[in-house]
Amino acid sequence: MSRKIDDATMDNVEILAKLALTPKERKKAMAEMEKILDYVEKLNELDTDRIEPLVHILESGNVFREDAVVNGDGKEEALANAPRKKDGQYMVPKTV
Amino acid sequence: MEELLRMTALELGSIIRDGKVGVKEAVQCCQKQIQKSEPQIGAFLLTDEEKTERRVKEVEEGIRQGRYTGPLAGVPVAVKDNICTRGMKTTCASRMLENFVPQYDAEAVRRLEDAGMIIVGKTNMDEFAMGSTSETSYFQVTKNPWNTEHVPGGSSGGSCAAVASGEVWAALGSDTGGSIRQPSSYCGVVGLKPTYGRVSRYGLIAYASSLDQIGPVGRSAADCGALYEILAGTDEKDASSSRKAVEAVSGTKRDDLKGIRIGIPEEYLGEGTDPEVRQAIEKAADLMRESGAQVEWFSLKMTEYVIPAYYIIACAEASSNLERFDGVKYGYRSPKGEGLHEMYKKSRQEGFGEEVKRRIMLGSFVLSSGYYDAYYLKALKTKALIKREFDLAFQKYDCILAPASPTTAPKLGTSLSDPLKMYLSDVDTVAVNLAGLPAVCLPCGMDSKGLPIGMQLIGDCFQEKKILETAAVYEKLRGPFPVSWKEEM
Amino acid sequence: MAKQYETVIGLEVHVELSTKTKIFCGCSAKFGGKPNTHTCPVCTGMPGALPVLNKKVVEYALKLGTAANCQINRYNRFDRKNYFYPDNPQNYQISQLYLPICHDGCLEIETEAGKKKIRIHEMHMEEDAGKLIHDEWEDCSLVDYNRSGVPLIEIVSEPDMRTAEEVIAYLEKLKMICQYLGISDCKLQEGSMRADVNLSVREAGSQKLGTRTEMKNLNSFKAITHAIEGERARQIELLEEGKKVIQETRRWDDNKESSYPMRSKEDAKDYRYFPDPDLMPVIISEEWIEEIRKEQPEFAEEKAERFQKEYGLPRYDAKILTQSRHMADIFEETARRCGQPKKASNWLMGETMRILKEKGMDPEKISFTPTHLADLILALERKEINQQGAKQVFEQIMEKDVDPLVYMKEQGLLMVSDDGAIEAAVEEAMAENQKTVEEYRSGKEKVLGFLVGQVMKKMKGKADPAKVNALLREKL
Repeated sequence: MSRKIDDATMDNVEILAKLALTPKERKKAMAEMEKILDYVEKLNELDTDRIEPLVHILESGNVFREDAVVNGDGKEEALANAPRKKDGQYMVPKTV
Repeated sequence: MEELLRMTALELGSIIRDGKVGVKEAVQCCQKQIQKSEPQIGAFLLTDEEKTERRVKEVEEGIRQGRYTGPLAGVPVAVKDNICTRGMKTTCASRMLENFVPQYDAEAVRRLEDAGMIIVGKTNMDEFAMGSTSETSYFQVTKNPWNTEHVPGGSSGGSCAAVASGEVWAALGSDTGGSIRQPSSYCGVVGLKPTYGRVSRYGLIAYASSLDQIGPVGRSAADCGALYEILAGTDEKDASSSRKAVEAVSGTKRDDLKGIRIGIPEEYLGEGTDPEVRQAIEKAADLMRESGAQVEWFSLKMTEYVIPAYYIIACAEASSNLERFDGVKYGYRSPKGEGLHEMYKKSRQEGFGEEVKRRIMLGSFVLSSGYYDAYYLKALKTKALIKREFDLAFQKYDCILAPASPTTAPKLGTSLSDPLKMYLSDVDTVAVNLAGLPAVCLPCGMDSKGLPIGMQLIGDCFQEKKILETAAVYEKLRGPFPVSWKEEM
Repeated sequence: MAKQYETVIGLEVHVELSTKTKIFCGCSAKFGGKPNTHTCPVCTGMPGALPVLNKKVVEYALKLGTAANCQINRYNRFDRKNYFYPDNPQNYQISQLYLPICHDGCLEIETEAGKKKIRIHEMHMEEDAGKLIHDEWEDCSLVDYNRSGVPLIEIVSEPDMRTAEEVIAYLEKLKMICQYLGISDCKLQEGSMRADVNLSVREAGSQKLGTRTEMKNLNSFKAITHAIEGERARQIELLEEGKKVIQETRRWDDNKESSYPMRSKEDAKDYRYFPDPDLMPVIISEEWIEEIRKEQPEFAEEKAERFQKEYGLPRYDAKILTQSRHMADIFEETARRCGQPKKASNWLMGETMRILKEKGMDPEKISFTPTHLADLILALERKEINQQGAKQVFEQIMEKDVDPLVYMKEQGLLMVSDDGAIEAAVEEAMAENQKTVEEYRSGKEKVLGFLVGQVMKKMKGKADPAKVNALLREKL
């Protein structure tokens, strides 16, 4: 079986998952993921051609909210745990 | 004190209601036991004496004024640390949320408090509920109260160990792939994983949203039933919570199991199962048969596919659910790293533990372009097949009897080295989550090492009453289960 | 001979809905407010918070889908679009990919070249992101989640447009429909309507689509037009040089009037869409669709047709008046009250438009009571006021919605209808201008105008000139 997790794939996974692994961690992670993915491919034994994917176990009609304002000013709560903030806003490294 | 400790939550609630014991006394008894056993067990991440004291006064008052009239009013309870408690740190046992103080209560917490229960602390767990031993916690290792060289199981290991060591009468756990039932089994306590959607997930920090469910841990099926009645019900804040009315599980009492049809899936007691576990389950089956139940073996052929389906779905959802931990709004933010994306990467790299990162990466991969159909969609189709097989089984049986784990609690430090092997040990529990079923786990014996063996009674969706009634009758047939702690002289 | 190129354009338009609350929580969706004051655990992505769908958003999406002749997915669902960016608190946007609420519709546009159908690929519901501002002082960005979770409908067209003119016509049409439905005010400048332009070029006659680019941050029709022209030229130049167009997202810079690529190594464009397990599927019943159909308003074209037939308006008038539903409603009500449609139309197309333009206002902002305009028209008809006075009164109607009859009286603008008073003025004028009277009587009829003027002066303009004229002739 061909390797699924090569270096390019792993680079992509790190970008998608927003993780920066150390070289050692990365090597280990690649080997383990490979092993786990090999195992889960067991599902290919199953014929699922005519099977609808099951997303929600229990569906019982629409679940809606009415369009009415129920929340007040949530600023204090929103910012209570912010690592860095300024002027009632979250502070992040510049985005432009 | 010993007398109080040996009571069930319902018994304690009853004498509090009768005024035979004060709320304060009950809480002090629990705090004393925590003090005594925490150094060995390490079930709690946080206990807040000051807050508890204030709450005791409030509850005493509430009971006096007739505001709290429920069967568990005044009873102390512990809450797993992935369930948000307003003003009380909720860490998911992760460095990422080491200092996170939610500004809102989970709906389950709100319901406990409305029922007059007293939250005495937050319990340890596997980081973000990912693990089967509670060893992936960033903060501490929880030990099995029956033998401190063994794990309590996971991820709700703290909650189950706390109940098993007499530190509390009851606790909340969460179950995504067995995280209530497996540690209940390892710790010799009773744990209930309700039907998906029966208990609101609002305020439960999500691991895998389509599988997560909050449930109670206690010393008896009746305790779990009483907690279930407090927790269950529609919540407008959770769209996935069922709109169906909750069926009362207390009240009617069965004396025997006449007319109950029980099926035992062969696959759950096959090769990988410890012979002692198998014997205990068979013995339980015999007891139930003697009490009038029809017990027969049957086959759940999809069992060999449940682990792959579960890990694909759970990791995929986890990879998305855990994206919000980015060092912007709350949680750990690395001082290192220049620029936005470096900040993200470093914060997540340093804030998450190895198992969490592994699942995030696996999940990101199976959802990534070109792999979605082969992995994720395939897993969802497998889930449909698993569900279908259970639907058929429940046409024949009221309950499915199975172990909650192929073995008893493994030794500390022996599970994490081989992730795939650890994943495979979840084989007895994950199908229930994939099919959204309710299941109760309760002790049914001890192995030769003196570690508890647990059994699951699995029911069809919304059949909590049926499985809890069956469990309660079984408890009577089995007789009292020993406690793990040493009595005081 | 130089090659001829055809531009192929498809649009992704985001329309911000004017619901009271956000799409997944009970926070106000109102524009403005101090940063992060319209927030809760849900729209700030707190751990454990869960989304619950606002019913109104589904209703609005159905209205728009029906108006754009779409098929409705009776079973539709939300998916998560995963990407890290601080304006998005969960780092995934809840949107619809696999089963959007509407698909396969079309809108008819009209340009100078005639009518044309633009097909709509799909329409879906999603949540808006928060706002990022740059803080010069700290050299960082600040995040405000007031807009996070405000409902959007994204309308994805097929690549059916060929010119900037068609693009503008399509956007105008969408805007008109949204405004008629009352689901959005669709303002490009304020961001309640946003258009991303997908553009490619190909040699004329070719059936194969070229490689396209996507342009974002287009905040005005002018920017859209310039961006289309610029991008077309850029792509043609690349092709002429034998280079390839790279599929990429480009950001339009309004100041520089040019676009630049938005790529970064860290923005892998793999959104890993999957069904959001926190939200239940949306099921649209036949009854619901029927109800929405019944509530569909009469849109601009039908209304214009009817105005021509029912009120005898010229086509030009009917088209202008129906550009805004609000304006059309004011017209109808005014016409109905005064029974003079053409006059009502004249006031709206003339004075009203003039004042709107002068003040830089939208027709939507007209706030007067149609009865007041009708009363003014009737007063003019009864000659209780002259044209000059009426304009003065109308300005007050526009500004303060004054009751014209009350105002005219208060300001002394009413025409004198008392014949005695006019007669007195006539006699006075004749006495003061004996010489002119003589001239008239000797056959110089032209001088009558002068005498009328004298009388009007005495009457301070508040007499009907026709009446003055008649009285003068009589006396002379």
